[in-house]
Amino acid sequence: MESENLAESRDRGCHVIGRAWRGMAAHLSSGRVNLTALREAGRRELREFLDKCAGSKAIVWDEYLTGPFGLIAQYSLLKEHEVEKMFTLKAGRLPPADVKNIIFFVRPRLELMDIIAENVLSEDRVRSPLRDFHILFVPRRSLLCEQRLKDQGVLGSFIHREQYSLDLIPFDGDLLSMESESAFKECYLENDQTSLYHAAKGLMTLQALYGTIPQIFGKGDCARHVANMMIRMKREFPGGQNSIFPIFDTLLLLDRNVDLLSPLATQLTYEGLIDEIYGIQNTYVKLPPEKFAPKKQGEGGKDLPTEPKKLQLNSAEELYAEIRDKNFNAVGSVLSKKAKIISAAFEERHHAKTVGEIKQFVSQLPHMQAARSSLANHTSIAELIKDITTSEDFFDNLTVEQEFMSGIDTDKVNNYTEDCIAQKHPLIKILRLVCLQSVCNSGLKQKVLDHYKREILQTYGYEHILTLNNLEKAGLLKLQTSSRNNYPTIRKTMRLWMDDVNEQNPNDISYVYSGYAPLSVRLAQLLARPGWRSIEEVLKMLPGPHFEERQQLPTGLQKKRQQGENRVTLVFFLGGVTYAEIAALRFLSQMEDGGTEYVIATTKLINGTNWIKSLMEKLEPPPF
Amino acid sequence: MACYTANWDPLGEEAFYRKFELYSMAWNLKEDLRDCLVAAAPYGGPIALLKNNFRKEKSPASRPLLEIYSASGVPLASVLWKSGQVVQLGWTASEDLLCIQEDGTVLIYNLFCEFKRHFSMGNEVLQNHVREAKVFHTEYGTGVAILTGAHRFSLTTNIDDLKLRRMPEVPGLQKLPSCWAVLSQDRVTIILLAVGQDLYLLDNTSCSVVTPPGISPHAGAYVQMAVSFNYYYLALFTDTGSIWMGTSSLKEKLGEFSCDFRAPPRQMVWCTRPRSKQRAVVVAWDRRLLVAGNSKECIQFVLDEDSYLVPELDGVRIFSRTTHEFLHEIPEASEEIFKIASMAPGALLLEAQREYEKQSQKADEYLREIKDQNLLAEAVRQCIEAAGYEHEPETQKSLLRAASFGKCFLDKFPPESFVRTCRDLRVLNAIRDYQIGIPLTFAQYKQLTIEVLLDRLVLRRLYPLAIKICEYLRLSEFQGVSRILAHWACYKVQQKDKSDEEVAHAINQKLGDTPGISYSEIAARAYDCGRTELAIKLLEYEPRSGEQVPLLLKMKKSQLALNKAIESGDTDLVYTVVLHLKNELNRGTFFMTLQKQPVALSLYRQFCKHQELETLKDLYNQDDDHQELGNFHVHSSYSSEKRIEGRVAALQNAVDEYYKAKNEFAAKATEDQIKLLRMQRRLQDELDKPYVDYSLHDTVYGLILDGNHKRAEQLYRDFRIPDKRFWWLKISALAEREDWEEMEKFSKSKKSPIGYLPFVEICMKHHNRHEAKKYAARVTPEQRVKAHILMRELDQAADAAIEHKNENEMNLVLSKCTAATDSSVVEKINRAKAQILKK
Repeated sequence: MESENLAESRDRGCHVIGRAWRGMAAHLSSGRVNLTALREAGRRELREFLDKCAGSKAIVWDEYLTGPFGLIAQYSLLKEHEVEKMFTLKAGRLPPADVKNIIFFVRPRLELMDIIAENVLSEDRVRSPLRDFHILFVPRRSLLCEQRLKDQGVLGSFIHREQYSLDLIPFDGDLLSMESESAFKECYLENDQTSLYHAAKGLMTLQALYGTIPQIFGKGDCARHVANMMIRMKREFPGGQNSIFPIFDTLLLLDRNVDLLSPLATQLTYEGLIDEIYGIQNTYVKLPPEKFAPKKQGEGGKDLPTEPKKLQLNSAEELYAEIRDKNFNAVGSVLSKKAKIISAAFEERHHAKTVGEIKQFVSQLPHMQAARSSLANHTSIAELIKDITTSEDFFDNLTVEQEFMSGIDTDKVNNYTEDCIAQKHPLIKILRLVCLQSVCNSGLKQKVLDHYKREILQTYGYEHILTLNNLEKAGLLKLQTSSRNNYPTIRKTMRLWMDDVNEQNPNDISYVYSGYAPLSVRLAQLLARPGWRSIEEVLKMLPGPHFEERQQLPTGLQKKRQQGENRVTLVFFLGGVTYAEIAALRFLSQMEDGGTEYVIATTKLINGTNWIKSLMEKLEPPPF
Repeated sequence: MACYTANWDPLGEEAFYRKFELYSMAWNLKEDLRDCLVAAAPYGGPIALLKNNFRKEKSPASRPLLEIYSASGVPLASVLWKSGQVVQLGWTASEDLLCIQEDGTVLIYNLFCEFKRHFSMGNEVLQNHVREAKVFHTEYGTGVAILTGAHRFSLTTNIDDLKLRRMPEVPGLQKLPSCWAVLSQDRVTIILLAVGQDLYLLDNTSCSVVTPPGISPHAGAYVQMAVSFNYYYLALFTDTGSIWMGTSSLKEKLGEFSCDFRAPPRQMVWCTRPRSKQRAVVVAWDRRLLVAGNSKECIQFVLDEDSYLVPELDGVRIFSRTTHEFLHEIPEASEEIFKIASMAPGALLLEAQREYEKQSQKADEYLREIKDQNLLAEAVRQCIEAAGYEHEPETQKSLLRAASFGKCFLDKFPPESFVRTCRDLRVLNAIRDYQIGIPLTFAQYKQLTIEVLLDRLVLRRLYPLAIKICEYLRLSEFQGVSRILAHWACYKVQQKDKSDEEVAHAINQKLGDTPGISYSEIAARAYDCGRTELAIKLLEYEPRSGEQVPLLLKMKKSQLALNKAIESGDTDLVYTVVLHLKNELNRGTFFMTLQKQPVALSLYRQFCKHQELETLKDLYNQDDDHQELGNFHVHSSYSSEKRIEGRVAALQNAVDEYYKAKNEFAAKATEDQIKLLRMQRRLQDELDKPYVDYSLHDTVYGLILDGNHKRAEQLYRDFRIPDKRFWWLKISALAEREDWEEMEKFSKSKKSPIGYLPFVEICMKHHNRHEAKKYAARVTPEQRVKAHILMRELDQAADAAIEHKNENEMNLVLSKCTAATDSSVVEKINRAKAQILKK
């Protein structure tokens, strides 16, 4: 059905989504908190909505939603509920489909409403067999959008108008993301706190499933805002007390602008590098196909695949779970060790003599083959990455980053940056470097700042003046106002730079950036032990308030901790989190005497590149 | 207890009937009931009387008086009737009073005589007048049937969803039918009417003549008919005194009775109950009451006063000026236990318990007798069931005590039925109290359900009792207490004698944060009553902003709505209010309002950015936000201007704004941009190549690529491009042009600010080793290793590194070596490294 649809619809020139609808849920139940429940709740809500629209259906997708939805439900679930066709939302007339219901799955955005209105209005003119229209807002219904539909005269055409509260999407056993692309920009640049409202709603859903979180800590204006909304929503909740035993002990809300540095630095974990270089989207990565060509004897290199190789990356894959958070320099040895183990395991067959032994060998075969193909994939990826990390430019860039982070020459124009501009390296790389320098120096001197800006405008075009302005508004790039540079104090107190980093067998989170310990994760670490009181001074230097709130629990639900039982802390990054930071938190979870396990939530999984990109103003010269 | 069966009367072989007093009426009526229009609601509902209705003289002094009483005769309300002539009163299923006027208007009052609304039964009725009317209840709701002066029937099956139906004509009907009734069969409402000796059935489309099966041909003309509570049974009374009883489908006859009185009865109703043994009809004349069933005998009572019959699910209520009685067939369990000389297990258990209280050993004998027959559980069940049928708490108690006693001798008797019956009886006794006056029987209560009972208590404004019952029955707050408190509050806001503060405070005191309370609903009610200020005060208590905002908007309190929307954090709500404000206020005030609300302002800016760019400019102007205005103009130089002049003008605006914003850098940069744009335009014209909108860097690069070195130099000077960058730029372009000669010339023009390594790099990038060599010689000693590496001369690189005795450089070279081809180099370096170590 799926492929048939694909072929059929392509003929008519419309893009059909199908491939995203795969995936299993095993990886979600692996962590301390079973996130399958959240996914199940999402699936249930989806099924209930689909069943409301009786009969055959076609879904018209806001394209941005297909990725996140893929993490909740496979295509088969939709098929079971009579979804026969899927289209991408676009202007004009809807493609023909012999179905009873047309359902729009959209984010509540005005521009999308206009497209929907156009679809619906042109439908009426065709006088095709009557079809029922429905609309599903993700994650929330919007009066504004409904008003827009009303103004367009189509509101009455929709039989069901509902919302699907897809706020926090489970990405992995310990990872939730809202995948809200522009959250950082909206919050810190435009003062639009919509995504924070969704974050608070998502946290309420989470609490409904996993119990009220007794302690809330936070740092930053957005964190404060989210905490306020949570407390308010709790009051609004009819039906009163939640009677679920709390699974989370603590919620830590962190503003991204408390730590602007970490995303700017190049991540050096395996997963971080994959993301830096190829970009991971909704747990999938697309890789250049050459290294993944099937090795057949005789006809080497004849039919190189041209389609990018698409792989899903999550902890369901044993090997990946083991290496994803390691420093890339420690990945090679693991891979070669694995290779030996696997080939040894295959060797076993020569020793299998009795029927029983052979039978046992055969029964393990599927697992071994999966392990072997997983190993092959990751060896290929590691090779691809190694080509880049061993390049001179990567090395030079990293050296400069590390100099900045350890506080060397942050107050003058950097030669390497200048050279890169002169050679017109990608603009985002330049912006990352300049911003990094600015952050590590608590702002740049006027002369230095103006020089960089002039260089950038002359080289990349004056239109980037607006992007530079955005970066300044977001605090990524700024003028040093006070004579005092706070960064060294923060660096020393929080031990952000560690000279003696051990990449192979790390003893500190600084391994994720080969020396730099992400400030955000240090804050989490220090909160757990010995508490923030010890760093009051530094906290005051960081932007926004820090606070603590307690949510009362009925006496029956108060936790009596078993000896040696770890606390569970949910760290919510408002404005995005990098894979390196996630790796650092996972490292803390696994520390033997750590005492705290972390679950991570965020508005978006980011890296320096896509983060800066989201802040860039896209100005295109008018066509002539 | 010997006299317990004293008021039992047998009807035939099978059944006993009893009549007992519910209340002695508290209403002190002076009039006879016959002089009033009377309507009593089923399920122990209220009684409405319209006095003086029949007087013909219409002086204001003798206006009719509408009075409403509880079933115990406690007055609830009264009002002077100032409307038209009323033909019929009736109660709806939700205990609203319907007053059907002669002109076909139906007025609806609540049980406190407060007018709610009215509707009309249509023009035909208006013209021909209502002669008779009936109110009836079906699964569709409460219906009204009208017989007009033109002998036509009109009806509606649901007054809340008014659809008038005019029934077909009855052929040859010249006078009013002698009697008629509304039937409901298979969800269809039909009318049965009698004219003399003929019966007609009227449905939506046709009129047919019917004959009841088994009726004697000499029965005579029909004068009265009765339909049972559940529409299953029909009774017909003829002028020969014969009563025919059968199913209302007219397919089956149940029985016949012939009585001595031929006068048309005042009322005739069915007296049945679920699982009746005997279905009987109660017939009332002025002073006589007769219960007749399928038996030769009947039961007769003398009536001392005018009485009125109210058919119920399980019996008949009979009220008069002084008393209110209930007549019903004795239920089986009661009969078993109380029948004289009964040996039923329940009877024995009751006896055993009495003996036990007397401390007599007979208790054991009785008990043994039951246990020997293995009937103890049955006995307990009978006692529990019978307790439910009893009206007197004393009798209830003795039966329950017996059940409780019997239970002690049983293993694992499920306690639920006992507990439930105790609880239900507690509730029933409370509402039967004459102050409350709802004489529900157990069966009626079960049929009505607790939810409806609570609604009825709320309707009577008996809030405390309703809450007590909720608490006593441990109903969830959501369906119980909260709902009642909300009703109370909605009533409270209508009390106009109290100040807004008082009412709001009183409501909040009582309701507090009870979950499930919707303050916005109460506020909406207050607003409907014209109390806007009170509504606002109440909304303060509403925790859900989503609920506050729409009502505030409706009340035109947009500013407040905006505050609430912002507090909620729900940006969609903020947008909604902002756009509402935008339509409501003039532009100036609108902007001023936004000014005070930064959150709303930023959201509106976002909205404008996508929807109304011009407004965005006005907003920035109003704020004197020159930086943003500058940005705005830069933006429009790209998005809205197509001609170069237009773009330059927009950019010039930006420059002005940037200066005003004291952003010197941006102003200068934009001036440069204008300069560049103009220059590009000129280049484009002169060279006939696209230059516009390339960056300065790319423009210069392009010029060099085309060999326009002079112009490139000019731009370099005009825009003060730093030397370092210009050198990089120039050699890259020259290399791409493969203009090696020019490159060499350039390299010698002065000392390179970027050194000579970049030359090597760029030549190698374009695979020109020959040229690269030239520059490699000029590279500073520190960079020599790198230069050699670039030129893939690892051997020389190694030599240079060894010469420098620099370990880092040696390692760098090593990292470039491959084991297969460069083993000699590797060896060389390792030797050197070893040597350094030795020292």
